[in-house]
Amino acid sequence: MTHAVTRTRSRPRSAWRDILIGWSFILPNFVGFALFTLVPMLAAFALAFLDWDSYGTPEWVGLDNFGRLLADENFHVALRNTLFYAAGHIPLTLVAALTLAIVLNRKIRGVQLFRTAAFFPYVTSLVAVAVVWNMLFNPTAGPINQVLEALGVADPPRWVASTDWAMPAVIVTSVWRDMGYYMVLYLAGLQTIPKEYYEAATVDGAGAWQRFWSITLPSLRPTTFFVLVMLTIQSFKVLDLIVVMTDGGPGRSTLVLAQLVYREGIIEGQFGYSSAIALALFVIVLTVTVVQFRFNERRRAS
Amino acid sequence: MTAPHDAPPAAARPPADPLESGRKRRRLVRTVLAYVSLVVVTLLVLVPFGWMVSSSLKQDNEVFAVPIQWIPDELRWSNFVDIWDRIPMLTYLGNSAFLSVTITFLQVLTGSFAAYGFSKVRFPGRDGLFLAYIATIAVPWQAYMVPQYIMMQRAELTDTYWSIILLQAFGAFGVFLMRQYYMSIPDDLCEAARIDGLSEYGIYRRIMLPLSKPALASLALLTFVSTWNDYMGPFIYLTSNELWTVQLGLRSFVGQYDAEYAMIMTGAVLSVLPILVIFLFGQRYFIQGIATNGLKG
Repeated sequence: MTHAVTRTRSRPRSAWRDILIGWSFILPNFVGFALFTLVPMLAAFALAFLDWDSYGTPEWVGLDNFGRLLADENFHVALRNTLFYAAGHIPLTLVAALTLAIVLNRKIRGVQLFRTAAFFPYVTSLVAVAVVWNMLFNPTAGPINQVLEALGVADPPRWVASTDWAMPAVIVTSVWRDMGYYMVLYLAGLQTIPKEYYEAATVDGAGAWQRFWSITLPSLRPTTFFVLVMLTIQSFKVLDLIVVMTDGGPGRSTLVLAQLVYREGIIEGQFGYSSAIALALFVIVLTVTVVQFRFNERRRAS
Repeated sequence: MTAPHDAPPAAARPPADPLESGRKRRRLVRTVLAYVSLVVVTLLVLVPFGWMVSSSLKQDNEVFAVPIQWIPDELRWSNFVDIWDRIPMLTYLGNSAFLSVTITFLQVLTGSFAAYGFSKVRFPGRDGLFLAYIATIAVPWQAYMVPQYIMMQRAELTDTYWSIILLQAFGAFGVFLMRQYYMSIPDDLCEAARIDGLSEYGIYRRIMLPLSKPALASLALLTFVSTWNDYMGPFIYLTSNELWTVQLGLRSFVGQYDAEYAMIMTGAVLSVLPILVIFLFGQRYFIQGIATNGLKG
């Protein structure tokens, strides 16, 4: 009896205590997080519907910014370039990461060393990566064109100096940089495939290629899906590599959406308009991700 | 090539079963092929680094010599001496180190602290709040960089370290990574400590922190490296030369002296070297941090 009474009496107090204690743990991080991530995120949404540059006062203009967006040729170019980048970066990184993972998924001495080496480009500073690859892609005497010429390519591309080949050069660089990261994810996925599957298939006389198509690839489907989603998000928001490597050039040939946000918002001070571009970017990423999830669910159901 | 290699073991055990030795040879061939493929793939990945290091030890006019010279005739170590006079490399490295250490410290501290609240203290609204954290990870930073910039400008914090530190030290990623790890530590352990009279803060400090060392190491290394390598943050906020990080310094050097190929490569090597050392010491934690969080995210 007394036991029950003390418990009911102490419960409200302890609930309050839990709230206080819980928040006291979360608060140091939450203050910074709310102020510098959550608030700007919500503000970005609202800003897209305002006309505001760094001098004037903000004014509600409804969808005007989006109308301007549709007519802006820079936006069209940036959208096309971003799609081009994504169309190259996503599949190539995926294939490169999977290949690396399969080659490095061996239980032999020293394999860890090779994995470390393959992962290293991902942690290398971006400026160093961009500078080195810019030189490798040097149109006149760069090592890449030297190799191409030695292989008999009479007129190798001018890479970062040409409007047609600058984006492929950026894509190659980013694939090289990112593949190690996704390789780690694939290695984790490969380790979950039971060895018995392969043994059974070998007994049944399946060749290496057949085993890959009928065991490895289907078993990796959850990993591939996750890698695909991550790669998509990463591709659409590409910014720093472009800024350092080509700065959008030559001309506008590598100008991407995130860079347009940076130029309009931070350089030009067009806060409202740049937020509309940012919102468009976010909606595109969100749509593609949702479609991928839907597609994945339907495929899993069938 | 293989014949002399195989000879000694065969001689040592004369009555070898022919089937057995055939299998053995096949296994040996397979191992050799595996190593060859590993070496080839790794070399392909590392070629740009090799070129960077080799160029950093050349003269400017040798960098683009035809054909490519992988090992220069004369190693110009003097590049690594001269660069300190050409650009304030020491200042840049110091600035990068300061920012990386400060941000890593704050992120690990507040992240693990908040993660304890999110995983081991039960209170209403907790899970909703955590959902807000997760949701922000999915939103690209590029989408809200402009409002962040406006805030910093109004607070007159642009061109100070405060802007970078405040924007990067309280990320949701650290909370997420640490919570993931704390969830794997059984609640019974905390319950036992509570009965023994330890306060929640005591449990965090005496039990959770020591138990979560691998996760703390993962978070610290990932944060350190991403801050060290960050370009856009310092690029947007830091305009004064004396505040520049090594990334900005190197980029500006490239812009100013774009024909000094060898010296540029020397700077690139120096900017990568600290990361290489840290990475080699902690590579286990890097890969663990990505493998566990990547897949459960």
